[in-house]
Amino acid sequence: MLRVISIAIFWMCLSSTAYSQGNQSPKSSIGATVYQQYCMSCHQADGGGVPRMTPSLISTSYVTGDKKRLITILLQGLNEPIVVNDEEYYNPMASFSFLTDQQIAAVLSYIRTNFGNKSTAVSAQEVLQLRKQLSSKK
Amino acid sequence: MKNIVLLLLSLQISFFVTAQNAVALKLPSGFTSQVVTQEQGRVRHIAIAPNGTLYLKLERLRNGFGIVRLRDLNQDGVYEDSLLFGNYIGTGIAVKNHFLYASSNNAIFRYALDADFQPINPTAPGRLVYGLVDKGQHASKSITLDNAGNIYVNIGAPSNICQVEDRKAGSPGSMPCPILDSAGGIWQFSASSLDQTYAQGVRYATGLRNVVGLDWNNEVNDLFVTVHGRDLLFQHFPQLYDAKAGAELPAETFYRLKKGQDAGWPYAYWDQFKKKKILSPEFGGDGIKEGAPDAIEPLMGFPGHLAPNALLFYTGLQFPKRYRNGAFIAFHGSWNRNPEFQEGFYVVFVPMKNGLPTGEWEIFADGFTGKDKIMSPREAKHRPCGLAQAPDGSLLVSDDVRGWVWKISYPSK
Ligand code: HEC
Repeated sequence: MLRVISIAIFWMCLSSTAYSQGNQSPKSSIGATVYQQYCMSCHQADGGGVPRMTPSLISTSYVTGDKKRLITILLQGLNEPIVVNDEEYYNPMASFSFLTDQQIAAVLSYIRTNFGNKSTAVSAQEVLQLRKQLSSKK
Repeated sequence: MKNIVLLLLSLQISFFVTAQNAVALKLPSGFTSQVVTQEQGRVRHIAIAPNGTLYLKLERLRNGFGIVRLRDLNQDGVYEDSLLFGNYIGTGIAVKNHFLYASSNNAIFRYALDADFQPINPTAPGRLVYGLVDKGQHASKSITLDNAGNIYVNIGAPSNICQVEDRKAGSPGSMPCPILDSAGGIWQFSASSLDQTYAQGVRYATGLRNVVGLDWNNEVNDLFVTVHGRDLLFQHFPQLYDAKAGAELPAETFYRLKKGQDAGWPYAYWDQFKKKKILSPEFGGDGIKEGAPDAIEPLMGFPGHLAPNALLFYTGLQFPKRYRNGAFIAFHGSWNRNPEFQEGFYVVFVPMKNGLPTGEWEIFADGFTGKDKIMSPREAKHRPCGLAQAPDGSLLVSDDVRGWVWKISYPSK
């Protein structure tokens, strides 16, 4: 009995976290995987964030705007109060510089083209360039 | 597991209730609920005076103010008369002996109340304490008072688990954790001296990551607290914890605290299945090794990440006898159980006697979210956050999404 219920719970979880895979290229499915593994716990399955804790990724200027600023957030993390959609956030976000250039490009392309966002993709080349720039500044 | 089955069943029932009426709560039989105020903003903790005057502490200013005073002058059961004052945000609020106490995220203020429990000078409170750690994370300062002239304040650790780099995978724990000198515990101050800082306070108990619920238990004359446990076990240690373990662990905990005690954060966490203090992986743990041998054990562990935001010992005569001296705990609900559904968002009851649980915890009030399943806390219509016991023995529950307050009663037949 318990087993049946736990399988049922598991199945419900899976089915509700599944993303609409409709028009996604293989590249954005790498992005989806990286998102689920490294971002989803805080920014949530729908990208909407957690009230008062973690900002939303839905049509924020950080996500859809300047790519350099966005890549820098992943490479260096973010640890200063920021205002997103009229709400202040304080929790730190650690750097994700341990991800490969491909993974960073894929996850950023994913968030820029999902959750209702319609922005342009980020390439691994752009990530690599910024990584070099940032490390030469140190 | 039993609890999860019960939870699913109760969620199922509450779904039908809320489908009929967006406000009705799912309660044990014989209890009723009424919404006594709505749309008051981000209402965190609440306090009620012996004459029924209700005070709400806001986490976001409304028209520049952070405290709401409510009265029911026409005695129709709904609060219609309001006064806004206090130009600071915060969580903690308490009424004791004709004083109102309220906290910002770094200070505690006191307002003298007149014979009708109204603030005599709402624009000029006395500042009891200032300069408490406030780094945004876990900054809310919950307060409660004893019967000997002391006030207790939670100073949450501005950190998940005291890593060298907070919330960064692979960053080791700081040994010893420097945060504990000024946060990660409960501090005791005089409830009447002005302008105290850490130097005048006492670190009453330590090793507490972030207490949000706390109450003085007059039956046994001790402080009791509910703690928000750590995050990111699965995300940072997938080789030790699978997603399911990361959703369930560590327990949210309920402690009775005596002066000088240590509850083990960040070195260990409570595993509610093993009923052991397990060494944190940032400090060399592997999910099995025990840690913090000198730390106290909780009275009870709840499923992980449910966020116990308020604690109240019931001393009223209105509810059936088994509720007397038991604990109500308001769970704010989780954000951190992906890929599982989020859980919590209800008020729990723990039957107790002489300061010890006499049975398992049970869901007392449910249905606040207006949905039967929640993937992300953003979907919740309301989230329980504060508790107060009304003079007639009813229980009040506040919500910090939209600022509703429910009154839960047990009408006599
Ligand atoms: C541990 C929780 C956590 C994780 C995991 C996390 N973030 Fe964040 N993220 C935050 C917080 C908190 C902020 C706000 C930081 C601040 O205020 O300084 C933030 C801010 C951001 C921002 C800028 C603000 C906005 O909402 O537009 C972006 C973009 C972002 N995160 C993307 C990501 C991506 C992509 C990942 C996965 C690779 C990720 N985050 C993983 C917590 C997290």
